[in-house]
Amino acid sequence: MLKKEEKLLGLVSYFEQKENVLLIRLVGELDHHEAETLKTDWESYLSTGDIKHVIVNLEQLSFMDSSGLGVFLGRYKQVKALEGEMVVCSINRSVKRLFELSGLFKVVQTEANEADALSRLGVAS
Amino acid sequence: MTNHMKVEMAAKSENESFARVVIASFISQLDPTLDELTEVKTVISEAVTNAIIHGYEANEEGVVILACSIEDDEVTIWVQDFGRGIDDVHEAMEPMYTSKPELERSGMGFTIMENFMDQLDVHSSETGTTVTLVKRFNHDHRPIAK
Repeated sequence: MLKKEEKLLGLVSYFEQKENVLLIRLVGELDHHEAETLKTDWESYLSTGDIKHVIVNLEQLSFMDSSGLGVFLGRYKQVKALEGEMVVCSINRSVKRLFELSGLFKVVQTEANEADALSRLGVAS
Repeated sequence: MTNHMKVEMAAKSENESFARVVIASFISQLDPTLDELTEVKTVISEAVTNAIIHGYEANEEGVVILACSIEDDEVTIWVQDFGRGIDDVHEAMEPMYTSKPELERSGMGFTIMENFMDQLDVHSSETGTTVTLVKRFNHDHRPIAK
């Protein structure tokens, strides 16, 4: 796993699989510059075949713009095709506003924290 | 108080975070709240990203100019490119509209700019686009709880 200190600017994404759930922890800033790498990594996990649901922990995401919304919308479509659920947790105020503006809350579920998100999807944390 | 600044940068995606840091640092003299700072950083990110993706279509030789002026409690920010311009500004400003769906754009850039700022003006021709953003930091008249 990458250490946070290795990359002071930009975004670090930590991926972990728990049963059929892909858990992603985003640390840093998600903009257009970072969006492509996140998309590619995220897609490669989804294409392994043994993932159905996705949890994204946004606790340490300090900045996001509409490029990030694009990544979420794109992956939501893929998760939906897998008949899975997409859950975001620990969402901060400013990211929440963007989700509200874009209507993403209509399709993406939210939980207060990672443990709640995991239990929602039937995974013991 | 009046003050102004102007920065020129290459149309590279690395410079999106640079533009955010520059603007956040410059407006800090108005003692903005954390929410205001995030709003301004977000709209600058949107406008600079638009210049790079749409104005220059990822040609990194393009140049983006970021300028900002402060007049009392009012901040005006200009993001200018010399790219291909926007064919139809009204269409571009529609929520969820994107001219580049293949790039997985959300089409929310202008909607975010409109929501987070007090005024948005887009001037575009075949020689480039200038986005003008105005925000007032009137702390005396702000509601106490938001």
